[in-house]
Amino acid sequence: MPVLAREIEAAGIPTVTVSMMPELSTKYRASRVLGVEFPFGHSFGVVGDSEMQTQVLLAALEVLTSASEPETRVDLNIEWPGDRRQAYKDWQPSEPSPIVKHNIDAIRKARQDAADAETDGT
Amino acid sequence: MQPDVTVDSYAFLPRAFRSIFEAAPHFDHEPIWAPFDKPLSEARIGLLTSAGIFVSDQQPPFDVERERNEPTWGDPTMRVIPNSVSQADLDATHLHINTTDLLTDMNVALPIERLNEMAATGIIGSASPEHFSVMGFQSEGADVWRTTTAPEIAARCHAADIDALILAPA
Repeated sequence: MPVLAREIEAAGIPTVTVSMMPELSTKYRASRVLGVEFPFGHSFGVVGDSEMQTQVLLAALEVLTSASEPETRVDLNIEWPGDRRQAYKDWQPSEPSPIVKHNIDAIRKARQDAADAETDGT
Repeated sequence: MQPDVTVDSYAFLPRAFRSIFEAAPHFDHEPIWAPFDKPLSEARIGLLTSAGIFVSDQQPPFDVERERNEPTWGDPTMRVIPNSVSQADLDATHLHINTTDLLTDMNVALPIERLNEMAATGIIGSASPEHFSVMGFQSEGADVWRTTTAPEIAARCHAADIDALILAPA
């Protein structure tokens, strides 16, 4: 997404990024960032909570209108209202994504190879 | 500008991933800035989500089958979501997040209804007639985003007279 933010802004369209990882958005030098401490996939809040969604959207528009220089970051002071541990579980896919699975398999293979090499050496 | 940092960027991230993102370097490219100088009450606002949302009867899903076979690849294409879309019209394919909530209430990721309410009450001038959706896992595809998808979105923003775009990485 930082790639898109940058290219779209370069084309003359002002952008504001509502980010669950504002530190990363800042590293990529997004022009305007609203940081939110919400589970992934939930930039604007909770299902069915239109008041919360409106608050987040208004905050994003406030960053848009008030930021006067590049790389402005504002953090939203709204706590995730539900059980955080449950929210942490709920945002994740039912099975590991291909890249995570790929990396886990690679780590397992490396460990197995190392174990095999040790066995061979004895 | 020194940010008043209160948000923990890693609060909901699995611990194993944290060090990867923390180690990411600060990019040394020049900052980019398009000024927003229109009164908000006259501005046309658009949305861009990376939650893999698409209009189920009219658009192909993001290609997750290829991603399953090529784990470092993510579909870098874009879908246009009409502002008039209904919840029932939407579907999503994304292998990195659980899409159950946004398929119950799109506004958690793509707040079209909230935006339309703000247009109705005059907080903003208007909602864009179209919004944009991509699938957020990109590594090899990032070049296509840069060379093709971003210019395509920007051109459509200009054509639709969008004054600003709100980006919501999923």
